[in-house]
This record gives sequence, C-alpha cells and structure tokens, in this order.
Amino acid sequence: MYKIIKKKALNPTVTLMEVDAPFVARKAEPGQFIILRVDADGERIPLTIADFDREKGTITIIFQIVGATTEKLNHLNEGDSIHDFVGPLGVASHTEGLKKVAVVGGGVGCAIAYPIAKKIHAQGAEVHSIVGFRNKDLVILEDEFRKASNRYFVMTDDGSYGEKGLVTDALKKLLDAGEKYDEVIAIGPLIMMKFVSKLTKEYGVKTVVSMNPIMIDGTGMCGGCRLTVGGETKFACVDGPDFDGHKVDYDEAMARAAIYKDFERHSYEETCNLFSKEVI
Amino acid sequence: MPNMSKTRNEMPAQAPDVRNKNFKEVTLGYSEEQAIDEAQRCLNCKHKPCISGCPVQINIPAFIQKISQGNYEEAYQVISLTSSLPAVCGRVCPQEAQCEKYCVRGIKGESVGIGRLERFAADWHNAHPVGKIERPEPNGHKVAVVGSGPAGLTCAGDLAKKGYDVTIYEALHLAGGVLVYGIPEFRLPKSIVQKEIDTLQGLGVTISTNTVIGRSISVEELMKENGFEAVFIGSGAGLPRFMNIPGENLNGVYSANEFLTRINLMKSYQENSATPILPFKKVAVIGGGNVAMDAARCAKRLGADDVYIVYRRSEEELPARREEVEHAKEEGIIFKLLNNPIEILPNEKKFVGGMKCIEMELGEPDASGRRKPVEKPGSEFVLDVDCVIVAIGTSPNPLIKSTTNGLATEKWGGIVVNPETGQTSIEGVYAGGDAVTGAATVILAMGAGKTAAKGIDEYIQSKKN
Ligand SMILES: Cc1cc2nc3c(=O)[nH]c(=O)nc-3n(C[C@H](O)[C@H](O)[C@H](O)COP(=O)(O)OP(=O)(O)OC[C@H]3O[C@@H](n4cnc5c(N)ncnc54)[C@H](O)[C@@H]3O)c2cc1C
Ligand SMILES: Cc1cc2nc3c(=O)[nH]c(=O)nc-3n(C[C@H](O)[C@H](O)[C@H](O)COP(=O)(O)OP(=O)(O)OC[C@H]3O[C@@H](n4cnc5c(N)ncnc54)[C@H](O)[C@@H]3O)c2cc1C
Ligand code: SF4
Ligand code: SF4
Ligand code: FES
Repeated sequence: MYKIIKKKALNPTVTLMEVDAPFVARKAEPGQFIILRVDADGERIPLTIADFDREKGTITIIFQIVGATTEKLNHLNEGDSIHDFVGPLGVASHTEGLKKVAVVGGGVGCAIAYPIAKKIHAQGAEVHSIVGFRNKDLVILEDEFRKASNRYFVMTDDGSYGEKGLVTDALKKLLDAGEKYDEVIAIGPLIMMKFVSKLTKEYGVKTVVSMNPIMIDGTGMCGGCRLTVGGETKFACVDGPDFDGHKVDYDEAMARAAIYKDFERHSYEETCNLFSKEVI
Repeated sequence: MPNMSKTRNEMPAQAPDVRNKNFKEVTLGYSEEQAIDEAQRCLNCKHKPCISGCPVQINIPAFIQKISQGNYEEAYQVISLTSSLPAVCGRVCPQEAQCEKYCVRGIKGESVGIGRLERFAADWHNAHPVGKIERPEPNGHKVAVVGSGPAGLTCAGDLAKKGYDVTIYEALHLAGGVLVYGIPEFRLPKSIVQKEIDTLQGLGVTISTNTVIGRSISVEELMKENGFEAVFIGSGAGLPRFMNIPGENLNGVYSANEFLTRINLMKSYQENSATPILPFKKVAVIGGGNVAMDAARCAKRLGADDVYIVYRRSEEELPARREEVEHAKEEGIIFKLLNNPIEILPNEKKFVGGMKCIEMELGEPDASGRRKPVEKPGSEFVLDVDCVIVAIGTSPNPLIKSTTNGLATEKWGGIVVNPETGQTSIEGVYAGGDAVTGAATVILAMGAGKTAAKGIDEYIQSKKN
C-alpha cells in the first residue's frame, strides 16, 4: 500500500498527489512513469512521474480526471493509500548536451513536460516553454514552468488567458523569428504532437514526443502499447515513452487510443453514479 | 491383482456446452474409487520406464502404489521428494510426451493416468492439511529471487526450507507468473497457485510485488547494497512475438499475452472488472500451442460465436497438450490447419474486418525434424473475423540483460547458465526457467528452480568455509 502524503486540485479536473513510494523515488528520472491500481479490483493505469523527492521517498503524480479510474483515484484523500504503485518504468528522457530547447505542453501534458523542462533548465540550458489550454481555468503549473524557463508563453483556445491560439502558432512565430533549438519536446494530446511534429519537420528541428498509448503491465509483456515508429513496431512502455516525433504514425496511435471508448464511457458513468456526481 | 482394463478411468469433467460458457475448472478430478481403480492399473514395473520420462524423476510407481493402498498423504509425500508443484503439474504437464509416453500399459492400450493420479494426491493433501508449516531455523543468509513463476517459487521454497532468508521480487501486482496471468482459471484454478504462495509465506519467504528488477532496483544493487549473497533470475519469457504482417496494429489484434492478461490477471470476464475487453464475435487465434488453445477457449467463454485456431502445420504437429486440443474441439473451437495468415484487413473504423490466409502443404522436414509447411500458390482466402489473437510464441524480456553488466545471454535472449548449478556468467547470480530455455513448461521451470537452489546453497556454504 502506498500512502498519499499530499493532495491538491490544480484545476477542476486536474489533481496533484504526492505518494509515499521510496522504491520508486530512489531511481526516478524525468520522462519515466509509474503504473498504479487504485484498489484490489482496479485497472492498471500509467501516470508520469511529475516530480520526485529521493530523501522523502515520495513521487508526485498529476492526473486529469478523464474516466472511471482517475475518478476513483481522485476520491482518495491525504492519508488514504493506493493499492499498487510500480515504477519507475520506461526510459528516462535524454537531456544530455542540450543547450537550447523549446518545451511544448498541451493540457495535462504539461505535467509530463514540466519535470523535463526543469531538468534541462537546471543543466544550464535555455528553455522556452509554450503551454496551451482550452481556457484560463484550466491553466496548471504556471509558477513552476516560469521558474524552469527563460521564456514562457501561454496559449488558450478562447483567449481568456495569455494569447489566443494554438501552441503551434506560438512555436511557428519563434521559429520564424530565427530561434534555433537543439530540440523541441512536445507533450500533449496526440493531435497536438502530430501538428507540432509536422511544423518542426518543415523547419528541420529535431522533435521528441512522449507517447501515451493504453498500457497494462508496462514491462514489455503484453504488447498492448505498441505503435509504429519509422515503420517499425515499438513498445511504448519499454522502448519509450519518448520517440522521434517525425517518425511516429500518429493516425494509427489515435485509432488505437480510441479502442475502448464506448466501454469506458459506460464505466465512467457507472463510477460517477457510484459517487453520485454529475457526468461532465 | 492389477486392473488389466485397456482403458484408463475417464476424468470427470463439465459437459462441453456448459463449460464453454463459464470459467470454472473443466476437469473435476478423480474420486477415491476412481483413483484406486486407476492406480491398480500400474504394474509396478521393475525398470520403471515412466520415471525416465518425468523431467524431475518422480518415483511414479511408488506414489501410485500408495494411492492403490489408500495412503494418499504418503503418496503426496513421495511426489514431494522431487516436485514442489504437484497440484499444478498434475494438471498442466504434457504427460503424453513425458511420463505417460513411456508407460508400458500404453503399448496395448492406454497408459496409466499418471498426471491424473498426481493431481489426485496433491488435491487430497491440500484438502486435508496436516498441521501447521514449521518455520525452519534461520541460517543467516539472504537470497533474492526475481520473478514469481514456477521457477522462482520453487527456488525460493527450497532455499527457505534450508533456512535462507528469501525475498521474491515480482514486477506485477500478483505473484505466480504465467500460472496467474497466462493459464486460465478453467485449467488451473488460481486458488491452487495461491495455496503454493501461502505455503512459501508460511516458510518465511517475503514477496515484494510491484518491483521491476532492472528499473526499481538492479541485480547488482541487490547484491552490493541490499546484502543478498546470491540472486536467482526466474523472469520467464514474457516478450510477445508478432508476425510482422500488414494490419497487425489494427484495433482488435491482441498478443495472446495481452488477451490472457486482461482476462486472467485483470479478470475482465467478471462483471465488476475495470479492465475492458472488446465484445468480439468471430475470433481467429494464430498458433497451435497451449497458449493458442487457452486464448481460443477464453474467447469462446467470453461469448464469441466462431473461434478459429489458424495453424500452419497439420494436426500431428500441434504443440499443445493433447488434452487441450481435445477439450478445445469439444467446446466448438474450429481448427483451420495448414493455413497461414498473410494480412489482417481493416474495416471502415480501422478495427479488424477480416484476415487473409493462404493454404499450406507439408514439404521436406526442416531443422526441427518436422515437415516444413509451404504455401499453395493461388489459395488465398479471407476469414471473416473481428478479432485476431497472435499466439506464435514469446522470448525472454531483455530488461534484465540490458541492466545487468556482464550477464551472458544467447543471441535470442536466453540467459546462459551452467546446467549443473544454474549459475550464470556472474558469480552469485543464478537463473532458470523460461528465462534460460525460452518458452517451455512448468515442470522444466520448476526443475530449474530446484537445481539453482541446490547450486546457490552449495555456493554460499562453500564461501563460509
Ligand atoms: C506513459 C504514460 C504516461 C501518462 N501520464 C499521464 C499523466 O501524467 N497525467 C494524466 O492525466 N494522464 C497520463 N496518462 C494517461 C492516463 O494513463 C489515462 O488518462 C488514464 O489511464 C485514464 O484512465 P481512466 O480509467 O480514468 O479513463 P478511461 O475512461 O479508462 O480512459 C479515458 C482515455 O484514457 C486513455 N486510457 C485508458 N486506459 C489507459 C491506459 N491503461 N493506459 C493509457 N491510456 C489509457 C484512453 O485514450 C481513453 O480513451 C499517461 C499515459 C501513459 C501511457
Ligand atoms: C497461456 C500459457 C499456457 C501455458 N500452458 C502450459 C501447460 O499447459 N503446461 C506447461 O507445462 N506449461 C505451460 N505453459 C508454459 C509455462 O507456463 C512456462 O513455461 C512457465 O510458467 C515458466 O516459468 P518461469 O518461472 O520460468 O516464468 P514465468 O511463469 O513466466 O514467470 C516469470 C515471472 O517473472 C516476472 N518478471 C519478469 N521480469 C521481471 C523483472 N524484471 N523484475 C521482476 N519480476 C519480473 C514476471 O512478471 C513473471 O511473473 C503455458 C504458458 C502460457 C503463457
Ligand atoms: S511431474 Fe509431470 S512428467 Fe512428472 S510424473 Fe508428474 S505429470 Fe508426469
Ligand atoms: S510404466 Fe506404467 S505401469 Fe509401469 S510402473 Fe510406470 S506407470 Fe506403472
Ligand atoms: S504495456 Fe504491456 S507491453 Fe507495454
């Protein structure tokens, strides 16, 4: 059992939790993830390691409430325990030798992008962060990102905060202004990563994306997380989650992400009924 | 007087059209009368040819004699001398290729039902516990075991009985390896595996689930920082192979591992499970081994109307246990033998819409001695299915190899060991089971766990002097 030390709502649908997991904290690196089960009958879901404290032995996760399991997780409070919590899984993000990067985060993807931005910034590199949200109420990790970036841009779909537009608009502006990045790191919805990669390909800038297919074991045993990268089948949980953004087959990944849509909608509604909450 | 009936006592089983709708155990086990009657078919042969077919050399006639005398617990004790998982092996050993293959009663009739009798003795023992497990005197030495499949469980058990302080590290949230995530409940009830695990814990073994060796902690750190004097690697062969044919990443194509894990480990067959499985109706399973039979029979139980086994060789070469093939047929699985898939076709929603296959015929024998299947030109056809399960084999997961400096492996990933002791290329590090041999059998994994436990004990004792 893994105890929740701290819980904080970052916005109405995104929650931060700090969890006591010394075995995971000892080895965790930015870019890696954990898999958890909320209770003994629970589904295994992957979440990125948003932060870690080796001394305290804790791992921070930040999750968006999108379905039954994240809803159940959000019903746990400080002092409660998570049934299973395994990690760190996946390959850590490669950050060595980077001098100047653009970090692009979309929605809850910012939670995944933040520890990487922080690490690269701490290495002394120049970090330009571009984050996008649907509206002002959904903005998360602003202070954290500002601290970890030399330049910080917020984009919202409706213009209620920062600038109105998409993250690709802001990135294009910077590239057109002559900014030269060693690497663009894009993390967010598949559709966002697809279009960032399309843009950076035109500019010939290396791009890394973090893929989040449906996973079960996270150890390379089931192959459920497979995707096509440069024409080859890769397992995101052991070969990734980071991949060359110019080589990923996004259309296939988007189709695979929707496999259980109908089923999940149903179980989400059931969970919400269980907690007698309106389905948003 | 021995019982000279040419046929063995039939195994009571659930009726096929009942059991193919539930996940309860298919075979029900012998009654005492049946067990005694069957045991009396054994001639107690002087040369005991059956024993040579058993990978762990169980004294077969001896335990069978005990059953025929009604001394079931003693029968169990005889088996226990060389085997740790009789309730499991009695159920899942490919007996027709091992012990029973050499039984003299098989020459002019059916061989003695050795596996069934082994299961009977083990089930009897489990149903009639003989007092509490005694914890052995600790000997002050620590050993780590990686993986909780039959190899790891056996190695841990043997060492614990000698007084070692043993910790098993398991990547998943539940111990048991393939016995819990692969082999379905209807063939091996999970309560039997749990019993073995409870026994280990009774002996003082610690089981640390949710710990991936190579990620959470490395083999080297276990020895250098955590005080383990030896490590046994029993990490299995869990990496699924795919065919590399077009359409393999379509929605509705599963590796057998994913399909079976969703069903067995995550219990998606139960109403309250949070882990989904698609509501498919026509399923093709590619492959002909135990894994393929299990996947097909699970698909049927989940409500599929048509389930096909698509296998490129003929019936004779099917690698699955005989009994599983027969059970599968009785349950309505359709065998499409001498057929090979060449493409999985999408429907308009990018889910599986069909599978294109080509007919095969058997040509010259290949390296394995089996006749090599060759394509019949122009014989392509489309099988109408909405789900495809790939069960063409697995190889050892590279995670441990890639995180353990100096661990020698074969090109295909198997860890290299000294077969006498189980020792790897690293001092103090041992390995066994599917991680060494590639996908094999429970009994071989168990035997390897025993060999390594002996090797580890001798190594640690010799260091002391
Ligand atoms: C490596 C990795 C890191 C991730 N990191 C984060 C993170 O830091 N924060 C965050 O909010 N989300 C993250 N996700 C996504 C998160 O795992 C899903 O949101 C979560 O599984 C949804 O579960 P649910 O039952 O609440 O929703 P569901 O109703 O089950 O699903 C909603 C959607 O989530 C996706 N999903 C469902 N099950 C899984 C699964 N087992 N694995 C992956 N995706 C799934 C599907 O696209 C689905 O349509 C990550 C995913 C991966 C693979
Ligand atoms: C569906 C199916 C049906 C089968 N049917 C039969 C049958 O009828 N008869 C028969 O004899 N055999 C059968 N087999 C084969 C048999 O189950 C295996 O040969 C046997 O389980 C191998 O045992 P093992 O201990 O080597 O490995 P496994 O049982 O594979 O166990 C390995 C364990 O190690 C864990 N692990 C892996 N990597 C790590 C890591 N880095 N850190 C921590 N833990 C790790 C895994 O999660 C797993 O729990 C079947 C196999 C399958 C998949
Ligand atoms: S362990 Fe397997 S091979 Fe040995 S006697 Fe039992 S069933 Fe036969
Ligand atoms: S070969 Fe058959 S009959 Fe002879 S001892 Fe073995 S089991 Fe009995
Ligand atoms: S999650 Fe199972 S192989 Fe990646």
